[in-house]
Amino acid sequence: MADNQSPEVFGQTPWQTVGPFFHYGLPWKGAADLVGGSDIGARTDLFPTDHYLLNQPTSKGTVAGERIEITGRVFDAAGVPIPDAMIEIWQANAAGRYASADDARADLPLDPDFTGFGRSSTSKDGEYRFLTVKPGRVPGPGNTLQAAHIAVGVFGRGLIKRLVTRIYFEDEPANAEDPILELVPTDRRQTLIARRTGDGTYRFDIALQGENETVFFDI
Amino acid sequence: MSEVPAYTREDAGQPPSLFPAYGSTVARSPRQPLVRIPQTLTELTGPGAWDRLMGSAMADLTRQHKGEPIGQRITVGGQVLDEDRRPVPNTVVEIWQCNAAGRYIHANDQWDAPIDPNFTGAGRVITDDQGRYRYTTIRPGAYPWGNHHNAWRPAHIHLSLLGPAFATRLVTQFYFPDDPLIEIDPIANAVPRSARDRMVARFDIETTQPNFALGYLFDIVLRGREATPFEDAR
Repeated sequence: MADNQSPEVFGQTPWQTVGPFFHYGLPWKGAADLVGGSDIGARTDLFPTDHYLLNQPTSKGTVAGERIEITGRVFDAAGVPIPDAMIEIWQANAAGRYASADDARADLPLDPDFTGFGRSSTSKDGEYRFLTVKPGRVPGPGNTLQAAHIAVGVFGRGLIKRLVTRIYFEDEPANAEDPILELVPTDRRQTLIARRTGDGTYRFDIALQGENETVFFDI
Repeated sequence: MSEVPAYTREDAGQPPSLFPAYGSTVARSPRQPLVRIPQTLTELTGPGAWDRLMGSAMADLTRQHKGEPIGQRITVGGQVLDEDRRPVPNTVVEIWQCNAAGRYIHANDQWDAPIDPNFTGAGRVITDDQGRYRYTTIRPGAYPWGNHHNAWRPAHIHLSLLGPAFATRLVTQFYFPDDPLIEIDPIANAVPRSARDRMVARFDIETTQPNFALGYLFDIVLRGREATPFEDAR
């Protein structure tokens, strides 16, 4: 019988769902706060405190840029909020630079205290929440410049593999010239735009299916 | 513009998002086609600072509490590779699992099997410069679930990898050899038959530690690089 060591089956390890019980293993306290020192992101109500082994929040230094809060809910086909999903984000800093060795643009400043990566479990009401800074613009294909955006991964029970989408911001005029939004059918683009709900606060709901199904990408 | 070459797309061995035999996928999978986009700097970069995010390694899941957990001690080792068999060094592998009786330390797991106060089931390892990792835990049990009549999940351990880029993210589960439940598990069977064995670990006497723990090998393969350098894909 073949197994993972058999040369004839070598290839990408297949995706499998995170299932419903990932909370003590993946989203650490503070995972959804990219700028502060709060403990948002984890769901420690779902297991005994002496089984909390993940990272504890540390206070972050001063991160440059406009602080923003992004909240939203994750919905299934019937519009029912999903309480056992997890959202991951990946973004550039306010100067438009990624905290990654593969972003070699040394002319742009790195924030030593900004990793650009976050995780938020959804609450019992299906809501996630991130505290971060608004990302700067980054290059797109060819000589284009992308509008400010955040890459998003959606995980959960019933999601065999990650769904990938993006958050854009409704108050960014550059959305009109964004090379990725341009690839999305016009009538569905609004599913990728976070609504501004106040000073520095945005709402971005994610519909896995149904009337306003969010656009998901093949990357 | 970045000269980072693009990563390969998902191969034919990846499962679909909709697999009706796994009932929860029906209302939680998109119906619209995915929009294919070129990999930009956003997708070609990823968080390297796993230690600042998550903390240091937790490679022995049997020594996280006052006493030792109940169950068969096992050591799992392997290599994280890309599709060109290049090692993926310094990347984080997050681990979570149920206990030897098949029970998760989770409020929503209400199956009537014992909780082990000495076992959480969460760990984390970092690959070395050859992409190798190793951790010690106890063998997880099988457990029933509500998907269909008499449904049982095969024993499995959950793994989460970031890899070098947003595009290389992987969350999977691996299974144990000769487990008759794999063939009748809708989650494992969402993966095409030709690729299903990629999720099965191999018993290995070399990894087995004398008088201590049985050893298993599980290599994890992330997306490789496209042959041609990244350029405008449109």
